[in-house]
Amino acid sequence: MTDSPSRVPGTDAPQTPVPDAPGRPQAPTNRPPLRRRRMNRRARRDALVFLAFAAPNLVLIAMFTYRPLILNIQYSMLDWTLGSRTATFIGLGNYVEFFTSDEGLTSLRITAIFTLFTVGGAMVLGLLIALALNINIPGRTIARSAVFAPYVLSGVGVGLVWLFIFDPNFGALGWILRQLGMGSPQWFLDPQMSLVMVIIVYVWKNLGYCAIVYLGGLQSLPQDVMHAAQLDGAGAVRRFFSISIPLLSPTTFFLLITTTLNSLQAFDLLRIMTPTGRGTNTMIFESYLQAFGGYSRAGYSATISVLLFVILIVMTVAQIMFVERKVHYA
Amino acid sequence: MSTSTLPRPEQGTADRPAPKRRKNGPFSRANLVSTITGGYLPLVLATLVMVLPLLWMMISSLKAPHEILSTDLVILPESPSLANYEAAWNSVPIPRFFLNSVIVTTIGSSIKVLLAVFTAYALVFVRFPFKRVIFVLILVALMVPPQVSILPNYVLIAGLGGVNTYWGIILPGLGTAFGTFLLRQYFLTIPPSMLEAAEIDGAGHLRTLWSVVVPISVPTVATVALVTIVTEWNDYIWPLIITSEASRMTLPVGLTALQNSEGNTGSGWGILMAGTVLVIAPVLIVFAMLQRHIVSGLTQGSVTG
Repeated sequence: MTDSPSRVPGTDAPQTPVPDAPGRPQAPTNRPPLRRRRMNRRARRDALVFLAFAAPNLVLIAMFTYRPLILNIQYSMLDWTLGSRTATFIGLGNYVEFFTSDEGLTSLRITAIFTLFTVGGAMVLGLLIALALNINIPGRTIARSAVFAPYVLSGVGVGLVWLFIFDPNFGALGWILRQLGMGSPQWFLDPQMSLVMVIIVYVWKNLGYCAIVYLGGLQSLPQDVMHAAQLDGAGAVRRFFSISIPLLSPTTFFLLITTTLNSLQAFDLLRIMTPTGRGTNTMIFESYLQAFGGYSRAGYSATISVLLFVILIVMTVAQIMFVERKVHYA
Repeated sequence: MSTSTLPRPEQGTADRPAPKRRKNGPFSRANLVSTITGGYLPLVLATLVMVLPLLWMMISSLKAPHEILSTDLVILPESPSLANYEAAWNSVPIPRFFLNSVIVTTIGSSIKVLLAVFTAYALVFVRFPFKRVIFVLILVALMVPPQVSILPNYVLIAGLGGVNTYWGIILPGLGTAFGTFLLRQYFLTIPPSMLEAAEIDGAGHLRTLWSVVVPISVPTVATVALVTIVTEWNDYIWPLIITSEASRMTLPVGLTALQNSEGNTGSGWGILMAGTVLVIAPVLIVFAMLQRHIVSGLTQGSVTG
């Protein structure tokens, strides 16, 4: 290839008597390699720039997000006390223990209850508050900020505030219940009431997120459809259920995924409000307690982490695959 | 509480005046009444439910022990005092916790924002063979809860001697998928012609980034920065595990220590509320001033659906 252009001009010259002719036939044959070389140099420089810009972040993500995922699988096959230099390989023993022991199954059940009620509670209340926020009256920006604020606050701080309110002896809630002639439930001692308590506080902290996202959805609803329905005599209730709810389904779907993932990761509130985890040990909390809560059972803790991650992936994929088909996109 | 009261009046506003006798304007008597009962009642209720617990925290932090220990509810302290703050100070090194939180948040979020800006720029504007694969890997990382990575990260950092050190607290959280994702989505909307102009002027990637891309992306960078700062300030599980000495604890971890030393009940509540104010108030103030950025950053993605 590289040889040919030097020979060609001689044979070409008679056919094209224009002075710059020898340059022309050369150009198309000669340029590609040159340009490719230039491109290569540029591509190489670009690749270097890319690595210089992105590599630190990518290496950190690989080290502290992906590496642990793989190591967890390895750890989960071990009977290993955290801090000990030796560990015994026990295959799937930890998995068998989780699915056959009372503690494991209880943790699974608590995770399901906590997720179901926090997701349901935050989404329903969030939608109702979004409806209230959607009316155009002065003062609603303040209400909107107030509703969203708890979502950005420290889970530890929020947990302590509510722990004080729930205190059966000196808390404000106990006082209100006493005025109504009722006694306060033993929020701190009764495991079932502890679970109810953390669900209430978690919903309180997170419903603002659902409300703001739903508000965005409500504000993008097509107004002409609403007016048409109104002219046809559809009342507000009818319009809400027959128009708003179906048209909001993409928003509902989005919230379902994000709030489910968030609830499965809830930790701060649970740890600060119920340090022992009695009645509130969701999988993530149980995983922490097993490794760092005094048992130092690293292998078993990693097992729960692996299972939790699998649940997260399966739920996300399942929701995307099955729910999205039924979602109405406006 | 607010569940049952919220929807009904709301429907009233739109419904009642509409089909029957929709006489006129928004200020007719019927409309005014329904606006107040239907519009304001749910709003006020919702606001109270959200605000009262936080107000209660602040008021309680100023109460005397006997006012907290009373079985009758004392709403306002007779003589508000900062005694609880002093007691919290004496019980645990609160200023130290505060300083640690400031150090960890400042260093951690500055580096994170820088990494996010550079990575997003590279993903959008620099040619590289496996960009799509890399982006998918970042998206997946966005889904991995940090709690799942705690144990292997602890083993690694503890092995390197990172327990009770600032770098041990900061390092594992530095990789940022969230900021990278958000900035990438924004950078994609920048018209290429703007960059071509810079390229013709002979600007390299670094100059293009700083003099073209960053200046027009200030709102998005601010959003990423604010969300990162708030997340970093509130971060709990990792600092809880990696610190055992008060000298390196951040505020949320320090509050746990305060809870342990003051107990969950009795006169300790006033002191605990004082500590809680310190962790909540800074975020509340930042939120009040810059909420638009924070809200848009945290609800990002909902609009794309």
